[in-house]
Amino acid sequence: MGAAVAIDRETLVTLLVRLADDHLVLGHRLSEWCGHAPMLEEDLAMPNMALDLIGQARALYAYAAEIEGRGRSEDDFAYLRREREYLNCLLVERPNGDFAQTMLRQLYVAAYMEPFWKAAASSSDATLAGIAAKAVKEVAYHIRHAGEWVVRLGDGTEESRRRMEAAIEELAPYIDELFEDDAVTAAAAEAGIAPQPSSLRPAFDRIVGPIFAEAGLTFVTPPYSQRGGRKGMHGEAMGFLLADLQHIQRTYPGATW
Amino acid sequence: MVSERTLPSFSPLAGRRWPEGSDEGQRERVRSLHRPSSPCRDLLPASGEKEELQHRAWAAAAAVPDPEVPCVTVADLGILRSVELVDGVAVAKVTPTYSGCPAVLAIELAVEAALRDAGFEARVERVISPAWTTDWITPEGRDKLRDYGIAPPEKTSSSIRSLFGEIEVACPRCGSSDTERVSEFGSTACKAHWRCLACREPFDYFKCI
Ligand SMILES: [Zn+2]
Repeated sequence: MGAAVAIDRETLVTLLVRLADDHLVLGHRLSEWCGHAPMLEEDLAMPNMALDLIGQARALYAYAAEIEGRGRSEDDFAYLRREREYLNCLLVERPNGDFAQTMLRQLYVAAYMEPFWKAAASSSDATLAGIAAKAVKEVAYHIRHAGEWVVRLGDGTEESRRRMEAAIEELAPYIDELFEDDAVTAAAAEAGIAPQPSSLRPAFDRIVGPIFAEAGLTFVTPPYSQRGGRKGMHGEAMGFLLADLQHIQRTYPGATW
Repeated sequence: MVSERTLPSFSPLAGRRWPEGSDEGQRERVRSLHRPSSPCRDLLPASGEKEELQHRAWAAAAAVPDPEVPCVTVADLGILRSVELVDGVAVAKVTPTYSGCPAVLAIELAVEAALRDAGFEARVERVISPAWTTDWITPEGRDKLRDYGIAPPEKTSSSIRSLFGEIEVACPRCGSSDTERVSEFGSTACKAHWRCLACREPFDYFKCI
């Protein structure tokens, strides 16, 4: 990445909060499977991946809070913002749907994050580089795990294939948003802090492509793309998710255990 | 600023010291000590006493068992990076295994308590860079894991390309390599669930990251 050009504090906080929100929200979605997974191994696997994601989110929130310097904590970021203040992409907030849809979404996000973390591991920002060096190994497991399920279901029974194809169609409108550049990502790339999202698309295709090929699945081009998450504009599902996520802190402010 | 200057740090394995990362192949167990740079040497107590204190602080922190895998200590796992005496305070540097490892806080508290019990004023710092890798598990740690029934990490895995990628993991009970993976994710974040087809026993595999 390029030479060290300064980035202003607010922009860096926005970048970190977007990343953290992606991980918190997807981690929360995965945790919803706990106790409901189709088999015991998956009941362990999904909370395990959720733990990775929420751990990554915590590190990112804590760092954002430190840079922001307004005395907010990681919990304040996670629990005490309003819906419009969450900057996650829309893909991660999509309801779990069935197991096929959850695994496909997991593959998409992991295949997006793997090249991101790889690039961020040599970030000019030492803290982000440290978080990335750890996360890049964790996300490799997520790709393997989700990828195996996409192959197994896509190339499985008539029923499993039907479900995987439905998932591809359902999630297709939410992929392009991942790769959108804007002023925040441009400033971060300029400063050598994080790669431009658009630069990650070839790597994403290189990961997902062979998995789809092995599963005998094909991408569908969506009739439209949904956007807005990075600006805090979310779908209906997000409010319900936050109600679940925040209700303890909203009901008993400052609760700890 | 003189008071900010750190005193020599101590770490039990030469070449395993943060931030150099892993030292594959280096197996020598040498007790080593950074020599302070000359301007700060005058500020130190007599070197024999100093060394003795460093050794004691390290030994106290290093003996803390991992809360989730109590057969190994934090030093065996390589998550205790260093213990330094800074202005009379024992400062332990600890690195998490996984981003979301729920044991991190318990480990930090236990290390701090162990240092206090040994008579030190103590502080624990979390370092995340460079990231912990299973390569930092000591040879003794690997032996202890195997004795405990957990297959230690194999070097070659964690490639995302190896979809359904098979690695050979020897059964920690009978040694057979006729084993299969049951689940990538096991009882804790750091372990996968395997079973042995020879002796039919299920076992944990400490994942390579
Ligand atoms: Zn066996």
